[in-house]
Amino acid sequence: MNILLNIFTVLAVVAGAFFFLAGTVGLLRFPDTLTRLHAITKADNLGLGLIILGLLPLTSGPIQALKMISVWLLVQLSGAIVTQLIARAVRLRGLQE
Amino acid sequence: MTTSLALDIGLAGLILAIGIWTVFARDSLAAVIGFVGYGLLLAIIWVRLSAPDVALTEAAIGSGMTGMLLLGAAARLRPAGNQSTRTSLGGRFAIGVLCGMISAGLAIAILFPPESIPSLAPTVMQNLAPSGLGNPVAGVLFVFRALDTLLEKVVLILALLGVWSLATDRAWGGVPGLRIYLEPSNTLTFLAQLLPPVGVVVGVYMCWVGANVPGGAFQGGTVLAAMWLLVMIAGLRNVPRIDGFWLRFLLVIGPVIFLAIGLAGFVLADSFLAYPAGYAKPLIVAVEVALTLSIAVTLGMLGAGPPERSRHS
Amino acid sequence: MTSFLVGTAGFVLGMAALGLVGIFVRPGETDRLMAAQLLGTDSIAGLLLLSITTETPSIVDVALMLALLAAFAAVAFVRSATSGGESDVAEETRRP
Repeated sequence: MNILLNIFTVLAVVAGAFFFLAGTVGLLRFPDTLTRLHAITKADNLGLGLIILGLLPLTSGPIQALKMISVWLLVQLSGAIVTQLIARAVRLRGLQE
Repeated sequence: MTTSLALDIGLAGLILAIGIWTVFARDSLAAVIGFVGYGLLLAIIWVRLSAPDVALTEAAIGSGMTGMLLLGAAARLRPAGNQSTRTSLGGRFAIGVLCGMISAGLAIAILFPPESIPSLAPTVMQNLAPSGLGNPVAGVLFVFRALDTLLEKVVLILALLGVWSLATDRAWGGVPGLRIYLEPSNTLTFLAQLLPPVGVVVGVYMCWVGANVPGGAFQGGTVLAAMWLLVMIAGLRNVPRIDGFWLRFLLVIGPVIFLAIGLAGFVLADSFLAYPAGYAKPLIVAVEVALTLSIAVTLGMLGAGPPERSRHS
Repeated sequence: MTSFLVGTAGFVLGMAALGLVGIFVRPGETDRLMAAQLLGTDSIAGLLLLSITTETPSIVDVALMLALLAAFAAVAFVRSATSGGESDVAEETRRP
């Protein structure tokens, strides 16, 4: 059981780290600001969610696990809205390369 | 090289790089963004140094609050043409030398410590139990060095008075000129309606839990101030006039209650800011609640800036 | 497991560093607005990993604080970038 949980943790954390890598690669390689926003918001949030999923078996109790999940939900929410605001700012100032 | 050491070295390098970039940034927005990023990384470094209380304060003040204050200051300077205030080469050289000396002193203190490192930590832990607190940082702030904490809160109010003193005579007592998000934005309204309830819960939680685990009045108050500023920026609530009774009452309630309890210490216990036996924790919690309110209102008004619209308009 | 998690934290922060380099090297001002978002999310991931490895639950509170205030800081940046630097009072007196 312990071995299974450890394998689950390692797999989930590796997947999360991969999505962080994808997000940063997107940030560096995508052609303009709006697509780069997509990369850092969607990919990084998914990576964060996977990492938190992997850390859930290791938490010291249900309260800490709930806190971590609420951190993820908060980051999702604020990330989505802030991205819209940044995109609007980009549109106002004109797309810059 | 263990992974922890590699992580720490990487963090140190990254924060140095951001610091250098901030110093050489072209315009004020880029510099402030660099400084806020510096603050976020510094919070992680405090965590690595096993100082969660300081990390909480750094994340609260050093990222959100300071960024907002600096941006406000930069915006006020923009009409004046802020490119013309570079110090002379000699001045910058002198600053560099002094900073280098401070860094060298810190490095020597860390690399060549004295035989027995002087520390009051064991004494603090031994004497913490009678106060009923579980968090040694709260113990230092409210029991052992309570005078410093009281004076800090007064300094915060003095800073607010300094900001208010920038108002013109006509605008004194009026509404601060907080720049509201110019175009009506449903997205920002959504955020300002959704985030503050969560923020208020987190702020109250931070203040309450600070007696036993890392947290406290300052961190909780800062979160509340940030949420209040967010609501004002989105235009959901008006910025209050600075001569409003409730505003001024909330501003001073924290230090006043702290001072009152301190003076009551003359009567009920041995000396100024001493707590009567058995009542230490309830009194400290009361002080923390009042301080959280005061800090929240003070920091919020600091972010709002000096009054610009007179009260008669 | 511990060193694996610490290594992941270092990797995530390295990704943040790479992203920051990419953001700051570009000349456009609007790219900088993403810096708070990027650094905030990556720092939260790193902090949550560190809270498990050091078994300090209070670090999750630091991550919670960062989540709230990074959103606030991002709003402040965006407002500064779009407002053009005048207070709303000055704007109102300028408009006819």
